Amino acid sequence: MPRVVVDVMLKPEILDPQGTAILGALPRLGFDEVTAVRQGKHFELEVTEPVDEGRLRQLADILLANSVIEEFTLRVLP
Amino acid sequence: MRVGVVTFPGSLDDRDAQRAVRLAGGEPVALWHGDEDLRRVDAVVLPGGFSYGDYLRCGAIARFAPVMRTVIERAAQGLPVLGICNGFQILCESHLLPGALTRNAHLHFRNRDQRLRVENVSTAWTSGLQRDAEIVVPVKNGEGCFVAAPDVLDRLEGEGRVVVRYADGNPNGSVRDIAGICNANGNVVGLMPHPEHAVETLTGPSTDGLGFFTSLLTATVS
Repeated sequence: MPRVVVDVMLKPEILDPQGTAILGALPRLGFDEVTAVRQGKHFELEVTEPVDEGRLRQLADILLANSVIEEFTLRVLP
Repeated sequence: MRVGVVTFPGSLDDRDAQRAVRLAGGEPVALWHGDEDLRRVDAVVLPGGFSYGDYLRCGAIARFAPVMRTVIERAAQGLPVLGICNGFQILCESHLLPGALTRNAHLHFRNRDQRLRVENVSTAWTSGLQRDAEIVVPVKNGEGCFVAAPDVLDRLEGEGRVVVRYADGNPNGSVRDIAGICNANGNVVGLMPHPEHAVETLTGPSTDGLGFFTSLLTATVS
C-alpha cells in the first residue's frame, strides 16, 4: 500500500518555545555546534491506490496543518 | 432563554458553564458533540477542557464534530457563541475567529487569578460590562498564546475587536496582550480566561465573570 508522508512545521515567524527549550538543553549535553532547533510533526499515511495527491493535500491543509501558523510538505513514497 | 453548552470528549468546564448560565437567569441546555441538533437554543457556549486530549492541535479535531457543523452554520446567521479556553481554540480552528492559540511562550501551564481590561462592550457577551473596566477571572492554560499575522492584528485593533486584554502581566505570551476577541458581528466571542469560574464568591476570586452571561440574557431580552 502506498505511503504518504506529511511534515508540518511552524511558520518561521511563529515562536517555537519547544524548539527553544530543546536548544537550551544541548550545551549541557556538549552539543555546542547546534545553533537553532525547530520542532515539527511528521505524519505517515497508508493510502489505497491510485494516490490522488491533490486530495491528500486538501486533507493536510484542513486537518493536519493549521495554515494560520503552520506549513506542510507532502510526498508520496515510492 | 435557552443557552446550550457543548460537551466534547475531554471537556472539563461544561458543568461550570451550565451553572454560570443558571446563576445569570438562563436555562442551560446540555449539547452533545456527536449530535448536530442544537435543541432550539438561543446561544451556545463552547467550554474549556481538553477536547480529544488536545491531540494534533488544541481544538483541531473538535472542530469537525457533528455539533460544530450546526454551530458554524448558525454562528454565520448571528447565533451568539462564546468560546472559553478550549472553546476559543475550537473557534479559531473553525475559522469563526482569526488567529490561533499556541504553546505558552514560557512553556509552563499557567493557573492564576488574572486581571483583564474590557475593551469592547458591544458584543453579545459583553454588552452589560463597563468599557475599560478591569475585571478579575481565573486563567488556566498551557496553550493560550494568541498569535495572528500583523495585518490581521491591525484589523482586529482597528475594528475594536479585541474584547479583553491582559492587564497586569501577560500569562502566556499572547501578542499585544490579547486575551479575547470577537468576529465582525460581535456575536462570536472567544477568550482564554474563564468567566464561568468567577460567578460566585465561594468558589471564584470575584463575580466579574457573571457579566458575560447576564449580558447575553439582557441583550437578547431587550
